[in-house]
Parts: sequence; structure tokens; C-alpha cells
Amino acid sequence: MPKFEWLNPVKGFGVTFHHIFKKPITVNYPEEKRPTAPRFHGRHQLNRWPDGLEKCIGCELCAWACPADAIFVEGGDNTDEERYSPGERYGRTYQINYLRCILCGLCIEACPTRALTMTNEYELADTTRESLIYTKEMLLAPLMAGMEQPPHPMRLGETEEDYYRLGRDNG
Amino acid sequence: MTFLVSPVANPGPTSPGPTLADFGHDPLWISIIKAVFLFVFLMVGVLMGVWTERKLISRMQHRYGPNRAGKFGLLQTVADGLKMGLKEDLMPRKVDKLLYFLAPVIIAVPAFLAFSVIPFGPVVSMFGVKTPLQLTDLPVAVLLILAMASIGVYGIVLAGWASRSPYAILGGLRSSAQVVSYEIAMGLSFVAVFLYAGTLSTSEIVAKQADGGSFALGSLNIPLPSWYAVLLIPSFLIYVLTMLGETNRVPFDLPEGEGELVGGFHTEYSSSLKFAMFMLAEYVNVFVVSGVATTLFLGGWRAPWPISLWDGANVGWWPMLWFFAKLVLLFCFFVWVRASLPRVRYDQLMHFGWKVLIPLNLAWILMVASFRALRVDNSPLVIVLMAIVVVGALGVYFRFDTVLQRRREQRAAQEAEEFDQLRDQPTAGGFPVPALDLPHYHGATTGLNRKEVPSA
Repeated sequence: MPKFEWLNPVKGFGVTFHHIFKKPITVNYPEEKRPTAPRFHGRHQLNRWPDGLEKCIGCELCAWACPADAIFVEGGDNTDEERYSPGERYGRTYQINYLRCILCGLCIEACPTRALTMTNEYELADTTRESLIYTKEMLLAPLMAGMEQPPHPMRLGETEEDYYRLGRDNG
Repeated sequence: MTFLVSPVANPGPTSPGPTLADFGHDPLWISIIKAVFLFVFLMVGVLMGVWTERKLISRMQHRYGPNRAGKFGLLQTVADGLKMGLKEDLMPRKVDKLLYFLAPVIIAVPAFLAFSVIPFGPVVSMFGVKTPLQLTDLPVAVLLILAMASIGVYGIVLAGWASRSPYAILGGLRSSAQVVSYEIAMGLSFVAVFLYAGTLSTSEIVAKQADGGSFALGSLNIPLPSWYAVLLIPSFLIYVLTMLGETNRVPFDLPEGEGELVGGFHTEYSSSLKFAMFMLAEYVNVFVVSGVATTLFLGGWRAPWPISLWDGANVGWWPMLWFFAKLVLLFCFFVWVRASLPRVRYDQLMHFGWKVLIPLNLAWILMVASFRALRVDNSPLVIVLMAIVVVGALGVYFRFDTVLQRRREQRAAQEAEEFDQLRDQPTAGGFPVPALDLPHYHGATTGLNRKEVPSA
């Protein structure tokens, strides 16, 4: 309606006025938390097999994939007396520096055992640099029912094939 | 034709309220109470005003606004003020120390002073003393308000000057140019009110709006509206525009347009209480212009129509509520404008002030004055003078119109010529220009109304 075009500046006043009575779209964040998208890239997690052994094998592929150089891994050898993961090696030291991490998820793609995945937790702010370097204990998934704190021997079947198959089916 | 103003002696909805004779008899302690009240009223008003503005503009923008400090964020401004008070008082090395220190004071004090002549209500009994709800009144009270506004400009200029910084001095010059320009239009918009009220005293201007009188046309008595905002609507509209310009508020907030200028004249007042003084002065000025609008145009402390039917509406302490309500509504109008309008360009601002508001105002004053003169004195001399003025004004207008028209045509011809040249040689003018018939210009060459307009 070009006939009333000169009224447009006045119409703006109407827009602002009737918006007073609309509900604000603000999310009151600390009180009201909306769930993230299901595949949101949040804090990392180191997963376990169903018997509690760690999936991480200390291969450092995640550290090599990391574009921000945020991951530090040091592998160690499993022995029959002290076993943290099935197989030969485990990640003895595992640190992610969340001051560097850009949460891109390339480490997750690189992980050959699905040991490293991401959670939906996004509240990664703190007051010191040290507290933002997450260590292995902070990143490891909690022990669920039927899991046992490593080190302990492999408990899923007699052979390695059994272990991985059972582990795959149950975990 | 007769013009009847019927002042009623007994207190009622149309009682005219205090006059100049009621002032100057207060004991000192009553004056002190009133002055302290004004100060507290304005300080608390600024705290609440900032909160109201932020809350209201947030709702207009689909937000909640401040809601952390205190209930509904009411303490947000207090927290901000405390923060400013506790910050390090930074003084740049090269500044003119005395003026740098004085500028915020010069800008804030007159803003407070102007409120001393704003009437809040009629004569009340305060601790057994009969006194009007107004600190003081003068035969030239409105001039005092204008004078205070002008002195405030010194604060702006001196803040810019004393800072010894290019940003600040440019900001200060721009602000003062703007405020001075809009003060002229503002002062002119009062003239019609003075003509009608016959006085410059604020309390009497309010009294004059008590009853519009009636306009006797033959045997028919037409009641006139009592508010000057209705009676003198062009003056009121111009005043509303100038009060936005005068207080450096959107859409005329160029002096400190966030995102364009660093901070205008208070660039170097980065922190601390001095900056708080500028903020304080800005908001007190908003209250002053709102109070003036209420007093001069919106009936002052007098109750608006449906309430004024109640006999007790305009006696005792109630009028303070009406005054306050009008003040708050005007302040909300400021916020509404801020939420709705974009900032104007500086040349548009000056153009609007000097070439639109002032001439319109002068023409309107001429009309009002001739109308009044005709009513007082029906002699042929007045009519002849009016005719001469109107014919003269029209003559000047047509003369200018033809000159401007010729200039406009010349400009259009020049543009068309440049346009043709650009179409024929895209590199004309020393730099490569894309051909104007490219498809993404959407027919730039087909319609004459889609020409490239050179700036300036």
C-alpha cells in the first residue's frame, strides 16, 4: 500500500509498542537450561568396556588429530598383574586442555576404539588455567553397574575375540 | 467576540492554584525541606529512571533487561553507581585540570537548579505552614529554565575542551552546536504559550491551563481546551522534537552515538564519579524537559480530564501524583522513541533544526500573535500589517522556491549528463566503473528514477 508509505515511520512506533506485551525470547540461562542438540560437541569422555576396563589404548591418534594441540597422551604397557585395558597398551596419562580445545571433534573421529566421545556438557568455564586442564580421572566415564575399577583382568569371556564381541554387544 | 477566563475563588477542580504572590513567604526550613526533597526526588528519579528505561526498552526488544541485582533488577543502577564510585579516578596527564574537574559539575548543577521552578502542586499545609508545592517561582521562571539549559552547554564545551583530545573536542563542539540549535527552536516554541498565558511564571502558566475559558461565537459558548498541548499543538509538537534534541537523546543522540563516536565530549571521562555526573546530568535533563513539557503544555500538576471531574483532584497532595504520572509517561515516551527510531545524520539534524523547526515555529508564532492581536484590537492597522507580512513572506517563499527549483533542475541535468558519460565510458572519472546495464543492476538504465545519486 504505497499510498500510506509516509506512515511507515509511525508504524515503527506501533511495532515497538505491541512488542511490550509479547513474551521475551530470552532464556534465563543459569536458572533455566535448555537441552542442547543431541550431537552437541561438549566435554570429552573416556569410555569403558562393560567390565570397567578402559577403552583407551594410548595410541595418541587423538592427540595427533587435534588441530589445537590440546590433548596430551602417554601410553603405558598393560601386564597381566596390572591391566587397565584389554590388549597390550593403555593410556597412562591423558589430559585435555580446555583452554586450547576448540571442541571440533576431530579427536573423536580419529579414535580407533570409540574410547573418546563427547558429552553434551558445555559449562566449561573456570577461574584458573590449571583447573581447565582435565586429567584422565576427570575425563573417564563413571563406573556403571557391573563395572569394576581397573586394574583388573579381562572379565568378558575367555578369549580376546569373546571379549571384544561381548564388549561390543553389551557396551 | 469576547474571551472569558473565569477564575474560581473556592478550591475545586478549576481552582487556579498558587500565583506569584504566594511565593517568597516560606520560612527557611520549609525551603530547605523542599530543596532537599527536590534533590532526593531527582537522585532517586535517576536511579529509577535508568532502571525503567532499561526494563521498558528490553520489553520492546523481546528481552527481560536487568534482573540480577535485587528484585526485578531494581538495584542495578545502585550497583553501577557504586562501581563508578569505587573505580580509580583516572585523570589524563595533559588535561586542563581545573576545567576537567569543573565540567561535570557545571553540567549537573544547572540541571538540578532548573527543577526549582517546576510546580509539583497547589498550596498545601506543610507542618502547619501554608506553602505551594514548588521551591520558588519567578516572574521569569521559564527564562530561568532556558538559562540553566544554556549553562549546561558550558559543561559540554568545557568537558570537550579540557580533555585535550581530538575526539572529545569534536564531540563537545558537535554537542554544543546541536544543543544550542535546538534551544532556539525550544525557546520559540514557548513563545506561543507566553502569548496565551500572559506570564512567564510557571505556577501561573499552570493556573492558566486550569480552565480554557470559552469562545463566544454569537450566542454559542464553545469551551476551549485547557491544555496548551491541545490549544497550541504545533508548539507542543515542536517542543517534543526539541526536547529530544536538547537532551541528546535518540534520534538526536549523535554526541555520544555508541558505535560511531567513542563517547563524544566525555571520551576522556572514562570512569569514576565524573562520568557518573554526566550520566546523572543527562537523566536529570530528561526530567527537566519532561517537567517543562508537563508544566507548559500538559496542564502541570492539574488532573487530566476524567479525574478532574472529582472535586478533590486538584487540592492537597494529590496533584503531586498527577504531576508524577505525567512525568513518568513523558519519560516512557522518551524510551519509546529510543526503541523505535534510528539515529539521524548530523547534517539532517542541523537541517531539521534550522531549516524546518525554526521557520515553522516563526510562522506559527506569527499566526498566534496575529490572532491574539486581532482579538484585542480589531483595527484595520492590524489587518493591514498582517496582510503585508503574509504577502511579504509568500513573496520571499516563491522567490526562494524558483531559485531552488532552478538549482534542482540544473543539478538533475548535470547528473543526467554524468550518467550518460558513465554509460558510454565506464572508466570515466579516472577509475573503472562497472557498466550500468549489467543485469544485476535491475534495469538501472531503464527507469529514470533509479539514478546514481552523488553524495553531498
